[in-house]
Amino acid sequence: MGRHVLLVEDEPNITEAIRFILARDGWEVTALTDGAAAEAAIRSARPDVVILDVMLPGRSGLDVLAALRADESTCNLPVLMLTARGQGRDRAEAERIGASRFMTKPFSNSEMLATVRELASA
Amino acid sequence: MQGIEPMVPFNILVLVCLAYVLVLFVVAFVVEHPAIRLRARWLRSPLVYTLSLSIYCTAWTFFGAVGYAARSGLEFLTIYLGPTLVFIGWWWVLRKLVRIGKAQRVTSIADLISSRYGKSNLLGVLVTVIAVTAATPYIALQLQSVTLSFGVFASPVDTFGAPPGKEATALWVAVGLALFTVLFGTRNLDANERHHGVVTAIAVEAVVKLVALLGVGIFVVWGLADGPAEIFSRIEASPVANWTLDPGRWIGLIFLSGAAVLCLPRMFQVTVVENVEESHLATASWAFPLYLALMSLFVVPIAVTGLMVLPEGANPDLFVLTLPLAGGQGALAMLAFLGGFSSATSMVIVAAIALATMVSNHIVMPFWLRMQPSRAVSGDVRRIVLLSRRVSIAGIVGLGYAYYRLSGGSSALAAIGLISFVGVAQILPAMIGGIFWRGATRAGAATGMILGAAVWAYSLYLPSFGPEGIISDAVMDHGPWGIAWLRPEALFGIEGMDPLIHALFWSLTLNAMTYCLVSILGFPSPMERVQGAAFVNVFEGGLTTGGWAGGKAEAEDLLILSSRILGEDEALAFFQAEARAQGKEGFLPDPTPEFLDGLELRLAGSVGAAAAHAMLSQVMGGETVSVEDLVAVANETAQVMEYSAKLEEQSEELSRVARQLREANEKLTQLSEQKDAFLSQISHELRTPMTSIRAFSEILMAGDVPSEQAARHAGIIHSEAIRLTRLLDDLLDLSVLENGSVRLDLALVTVLELLDRALLAAGETLPERQFAVRRDLPSESIYVTTDPDRLTQVFINLISNARKYCDAAQPELRIVVRQRGGRMIADFIDNGTGIPEESQALIFEKFSRLTDQNRAGGAGLGLAICREVMANLGGTITYLPGQGGAAFRVTFPLRLQKAA
Repeated sequence: MGRHVLLVEDEPNITEAIRFILARDGWEVTALTDGAAAEAAIRSARPDVVILDVMLPGRSGLDVLAALRADESTCNLPVLMLTARGQGRDRAEAERIGASRFMTKPFSNSEMLATVRELASA
Repeated sequence: MQGIEPMVPFNILVLVCLAYVLVLFVVAFVVEHPAIRLRARWLRSPLVYTLSLSIYCTAWTFFGAVGYAARSGLEFLTIYLGPTLVFIGWWWVLRKLVRIGKAQRVTSIADLISSRYGKSNLLGVLVTVIAVTAATPYIALQLQSVTLSFGVFASPVDTFGAPPGKEATALWVAVGLALFTVLFGTRNLDANERHHGVVTAIAVEAVVKLVALLGVGIFVVWGLADGPAEIFSRIEASPVANWTLDPGRWIGLIFLSGAAVLCLPRMFQVTVVENVEESHLATASWAFPLYLALMSLFVVPIAVTGLMVLPEGANPDLFVLTLPLAGGQGALAMLAFLGGFSSATSMVIVAAIALATMVSNHIVMPFWLRMQPSRAVSGDVRRIVLLSRRVSIAGIVGLGYAYYRLSGGSSALAAIGLISFVGVAQILPAMIGGIFWRGATRAGAATGMILGAAVWAYSLYLPSFGPEGIISDAVMDHGPWGIAWLRPEALFGIEGMDPLIHALFWSLTLNAMTYCLVSILGFPSPMERVQGAAFVNVFEGGLTTGGWAGGKAEAEDLLILSSRILGEDEALAFFQAEARAQGKEGFLPDPTPEFLDGLELRLAGSVGAAAAHAMLSQVMGGETVSVEDLVAVANETAQVMEYSAKLEEQSEELSRVARQLREANEKLTQLSEQKDAFLSQISHELRTPMTSIRAFSEILMAGDVPSEQAARHAGIIHSEAIRLTRLLDDLLDLSVLENGSVRLDLALVTVLELLDRALLAAGETLPERQFAVRRDLPSESIYVTTDPDRLTQVFINLISNARKYCDAAQPELRIVVRQRGGRMIADFIDNGTGIPEESQALIFEKFSRLTDQNRAGGAGLGLAICREVMANLGGTITYLPGQGGAAFRVTFPLRLQKAA
């Protein structure tokens, strides 16, 4: 079981927080800020877990997820979606497309860690 | 059977008269009562109409016919024969007059003539003057006969109060009649000038007249003689039998009385104006001659008996009254008196009403209206009309009384009546020509009538005032200025003619000839032509179906026409049904008159009656489309256009409302979507810093972080908290600005001062990089009245944006300030790449952060706030495209006025 997480998040402070939490638990975290570059990066890096923000510059997180699910090699990749918009619409949309998990910002650190562990071991 | 002994005391007579008048009042009043009028249908029966026509038989015929017979034998019959012929031949003239009267809402004979000749008031006045002139002696005649009949009862033997003198009697009768006429003739204004109450009272009087005369006749034949046989032998023996028939005079008199029954204003009133239904004429056509026959039945027996029984020198005009008195029949004499009284009163009442209508409508009202200063005529007119009617009635009866006093009441009754007849007969050519000849003109009618009336006045009317009256004997005998052929009774050298026939012949001949000649030489005006067509073609015209017999229409043509109007399916269905009804196969019925009538009715439902008639006329080919058809079509078209214009208006209104609703709905939807997007944006902007704050605070709370790292985490928490606060401040500021509830603190400051403050404040913001600002200080040294803090806020925003987003290697901002009239313009232009064209429209919207970098920590509210601030300061902020870099223009008033 690998311990590689790929994080796509445009807010630098949030990226730093998540990296800190996961790194302490022994995860290797790769961070991206741009939605447009995310898909290709995921394909080449083949992380164990992907954490994907919905509102991204360049390309929406939901869009990236849909592209991942459409590809055979990435259709089963565990993806945790994050959103700050806090409306049911994003969650419903994410689940429809095939997000493994969905979390609303702000999140609890322990919940974040537990979710990543769970996704990686599934 | 010796002398005449008054059997009835004069006082009783007066009481009976008053009671009789009271009964008439009650009749007239009850009939006018709305409830009765609706219930009692017999009031509208042809019988009442026929009886009302009996006003033709005035006191002159009631009393005078006997006198006439005593003097001239059967010649009195001519007075009844003329009207009889006219009524038997009602189909030709009377029917047309009544139809025209209804179609044109004619109110009097003057109105008829005036209306026919292009609504000429000149003719109305002319007819009125002739009618009043002719009627005056006639009214005098009625006063005289009532006075004379009162006189019969007056006797020195009478101990119960002596009757007043003749003049006083005539005056009281005149006043009483005027009063009755005013009360019932002008109680209210009816658009059709109908007086149901008066007409019914007149009908009652007609019955009284007839019963009285028949009663006296029966008494004479079976009471004073031994039945018809003896009467006939008496007639043989009497001088009455020696009368000679003068064919010229007979023809003249029959013609004259026939003309009179058409032209007398009072006869026109009851025959045409008061006519309720045209069909009543058919009944009257035999019933009225019958009435006249009954009225004349006993005239000769009474005359013969009177001449035999009564002493020499007794007035034959009063035989009807004196014979029963002489026979000791007081009650019968009373009845005869009431009969004469009825004859006189009914004539005066109707004549006064008819003449007053004419005088009021054609002389008083036009004069009064012209007297009015240009002010619009108010609702007072009704009162004025009634007043003028009442004054006219009093005036007309007064004229009659004056004539009675002037003429001394001496002439034989019949003579006066015939003089009047010749006078009104002057209207005949214009009337008959008017309803049968479309070429007749106003000028012809006027000149004819004026000439005829002049000849009548000169040769008959004025001489009737008696020797040394108005025309001197010298003129009568030798002509004016000795010109013999101008002698009143021997015009153009024709001597030895009966004066009456002479006057009738010349006046009417000259009248008719002038009328025709002037009409032929002249040309009718358009108005005269339209009216002429409406009068002459009253039966064929416009809305009535003239019958379709003899048409040559092809059913096929009719189907094509109908399809265009009704639509294919409906037209075909109608034609099929009609064909089946005729027992024919297929869909083309024979164009029978019944079918055509039905079709016209059907078409009329779609295009209006006149248009339907005109269209069918054209297809039928039998008739040409007449002017009045076209006029009627035009009227209908105008109505249809008005209607459709209204519909269009309504549908426009509807679609406008629908559009407004749609727009409002779109706006609401948009607002709702905007609100959703706004809330979603706010949520994102708030949750993002809170995520960092929560995550790092949880890390710190765990407590196992090296202090160096802990300090860094705390710094992030601190800056995110500030970011959160600033965001909330912006949101609240925007909310206040958008609500318009912002408070402005106005002050007098220079733009220079404000820009200094703004640059200082903007310098404190991130990022700190080299940034050149180029200004022109002198041009900024302008004092402006504004809210310094708010304007500075906008300047700070623009400068910070330039600092943040200008991507040039050596960023530079140019600030250009200038004054234009009462406004200041400040441009902020940097040397970066500027804002892409497709985004320029968005930058002033909320959360429209364009770059993916939010290093500066803005939430994308800055320019939205600027826009709101400038709106509050009475200014604008716009993006200036094509300036090299990003360029914003701010304008604001030099002197901002505080809102009141």
